[in-house]
Amino acid sequence: MKLSTFKSAGKFSLLLLTLIVALMLVGCGGEEKKEAEKAAPAPEAPAKVTLKLAMDADPVSLDPHVQLSGGMLQYSHMVFDSLVRYDQDMNFVPRLAEKWERIDDLTMRFYLRKGVKFHSGNDFTAEDVVFTIDRLKKSDDYKGLFEPFVGATVVDTHTVDLVTKKPYGLVLNMATYVFPMDKMFYSGTDDKGKAKDLIIKTDYSFANENESGTGPFVVTQREQGVKTVFTRFADYWDKNGNIEEIVLSPIKNDATRVAALLSGDVDFIMPVPPQDLDRIKSTDGLKLITMSGSRIITFQLNQQRNPALADAKVRQAMAYAYDNNGVVEKIMKGFATAASQMSPKGYVGHNENLPLRFDLEKAKALMAESGYPDGFEATMIAPNNRYVNDEKIAEAFVSMMSKIGIKISLKTMPKAQYWDEFDAQAADIQMIGWHSDTEDSGNFYEFLSMCRNAETGYGQYNSGNYCNARVDELTLAAQTETDPAKRAADCQEVEKIQYDEAGFIPLHWQNLSWASKSGMNTEEIVNVMNFPYFGDLVIK
Amino acid sequence: MFAFTVKRIIQAVIVMLIISFIGFAIKHNFGDPIRDLVGQRVTPAERAQIRERLGLNDPFMVQYVRFLGDAIQGDLGQSYFFKKPAAEVIVKKAPATIELVFCAAMIIVVLSVPLGIHAAIKPKSLLSRFVMGGSIVGVSMPVFLTAILLIYIFSVELHWLPSYGRGETVQLFGWWDSGLVTLDGLKHLIMPSIALSSIMLPLFIRLIRSEMMEVLESEYVKYAWAKGLKPRRVWLVHAFKNTLLPVITVGGVQLGIMVAFTILTETVFQWQGMGSMFIESVERSDTSLMVAYLVFVGIVFVLVNTLVDIIYGLVNPTVRVAGRQ
Repeated sequence: MKLSTFKSAGKFSLLLLTLIVALMLVGCGGEEKKEAEKAAPAPEAPAKVTLKLAMDADPVSLDPHVQLSGGMLQYSHMVFDSLVRYDQDMNFVPRLAEKWERIDDLTMRFYLRKGVKFHSGNDFTAEDVVFTIDRLKKSDDYKGLFEPFVGATVVDTHTVDLVTKKPYGLVLNMATYVFPMDKMFYSGTDDKGKAKDLIIKTDYSFANENESGTGPFVVTQREQGVKTVFTRFADYWDKNGNIEEIVLSPIKNDATRVAALLSGDVDFIMPVPPQDLDRIKSTDGLKLITMSGSRIITFQLNQQRNPALADAKVRQAMAYAYDNNGVVEKIMKGFATAASQMSPKGYVGHNENLPLRFDLEKAKALMAESGYPDGFEATMIAPNNRYVNDEKIAEAFVSMMSKIGIKISLKTMPKAQYWDEFDAQAADIQMIGWHSDTEDSGNFYEFLSMCRNAETGYGQYNSGNYCNARVDELTLAAQTETDPAKRAADCQEVEKIQYDEAGFIPLHWQNLSWASKSGMNTEEIVNVMNFPYFGDLVIK
Repeated sequence: MFAFTVKRIIQAVIVMLIISFIGFAIKHNFGDPIRDLVGQRVTPAERAQIRERLGLNDPFMVQYVRFLGDAIQGDLGQSYFFKKPAAEVIVKKAPATIELVFCAAMIIVVLSVPLGIHAAIKPKSLLSRFVMGGSIVGVSMPVFLTAILLIYIFSVELHWLPSYGRGETVQLFGWWDSGLVTLDGLKHLIMPSIALSSIMLPLFIRLIRSEMMEVLESEYVKYAWAKGLKPRRVWLVHAFKNTLLPVITVGGVQLGIMVAFTILTETVFQWQGMGSMFIESVERSDTSLMVAYLVFVGIVFVLVNTLVDIIYGLVNPTVRVAGRQ
């Protein structure tokens, strides 16, 4: 085709040609630069051991205290290091604290590891722990957790006491959240004249963009939402693990995340969407690790809004009519653990004697005995993008309840709108999932089952308005109980009471999942809290 | 031309006011952005304090007027998630989207013009039938399905192309992160651009074909044949040039749809452009960034439409743009 016969096309092709030439020139320039960069580090040792990691999100900040969320704790375990941490069986293992002992009812003494350095080069001492606890008590998200603490006091350079206001059984649980920050590094003011230790959620702060922890990895490059590069900290005290660099890319879309692993573009993904579990399991060269999680999904039954739900027989009937295992198998594809209570296995409150109770005949009988033999009508809300398959689960619940004459009108909505409705108790039946941020049963009861009390904040998420004086009493007793056996007995009694009264409908605990290439010790570094300890990862 | 420009600017300002008002109304009723910023333990009272600090408790009009005042000075608000000015976040993400749209547009132009013309001139040829059949499939296949199919064929099964992201980028002019100038970046561009062009391409082929066929039936083309002009001259100069007008009009309108499809494509390929940024800001209730993006897209639309009007006038000088008496 003779383009020049076409007047404007002639001009256009000229323009195009110029553009292509320009791009080629720039491209060559880029190539040259790349060559130069490559040439410089070439004489160095063999190729780095790099882990290409894809998660569904990335840390929202470099400041570990800015937000209490799974993503931030995962990040904290990479860049900072805690006083103690959990192993896979939820035992406490020493990290920056080598050992600890109880001095008296209020004091726990921690002996700190010697010779530990921060990324800035500063030495790690007891002062840093005191600084960190003080800062935690100022953080919006953490101050609730550290409210029982008076603070920390220095005994000597490598010994520190954590002091509580009242006897407190969860000092070690809380010590897993103490990721010491570099006092010298975070003191003083930055270029903008702001204090370096400020905690700011939505704007620039020194700590949001700079870090100095004692952890296995240093953040060397970060483009939020696109890519974060973690480089091994040369002076890290723990020599487990051989990863020298982690390149973290957030990949939101489930199918894309799985494809990235299948195509070899990344080495490790978390989480694995339920529909792709089989595919990964059956692929050579990949391994899949799953674990029962600790996030409980429940329906709360509002006893104040709907008189029928105040009838214990009705609530029990509903518990009998709900088929936990059916939903786990059909909707969750087996990727959840059916629940009859709040506390998962491994938590102190887990009560072995509370079986699942799906029995439709029993449910019908209970309905007949109740004050509502012909059933009743109720409203219900659930989120549609918060928990795995939340909308489908809610729909299944509605159809199961219809079998015992309960007509439910369901409304689902995105989580952005959901929580306001939830707080306003806009419906009789509301869905909520809960993960205990103390990894302890008591947290479930304090937020989900204690009588609502605006002043103390207890029962803040108890939209069912379930209220039992004995539950409150036991929960409060457990708070100041330091004898593990007695605490466990108290918590297990709470589960039993809730089960008998059917205070809410427990559904299941969501499972956790990770997938990686097979030449790694992936199964050793993951845990039920979903904080993979990447510092310990070995690629063979 | 001057009157035309002034008229255009006034129109643009009105359109922007409307867009910003709607965007802001959505923001105001969207839900609580604080939820995504705090842990479950933070009490309602503390959340209220944070809201107060961010000025979210003020009446709607107070917030809106404050937003307009800041916007005039170029400040579109603060992204809660990125902890940076929203405008800065958008400008940072823009190159990725622009390069993607540019490559997809290239594919569309380079393929649709010859294929459309061919299908019009020789409607019974094998190639024409194949193209028309294929275009029906293309139009009816959702973009995300095309994208996932591409990923599964070329990344998962064949290992030819990377499955996500932009790959290696190079900074041009100090701020433009470009993937167009590295081999790795270009490889990453192939599948997203094909996916993005997959909806528009068949549409444009069909549009060019039908317009062209209509023009070929017209009196002046018959006259051109009668004059004994060469076929190529009749097709390209007489017929195709007049086919272009409706194609440009539709193209301008379709740009809006392109933005929507960019969002889908970017989400599937984890392409770090404005589209995926927008979707994520919705998920995170990062409402400031949402509004800023809507306003930004509004500006782009107003500019593009003006440009389309001008090009329209250039291609066919007999068409007088409104206001250019």
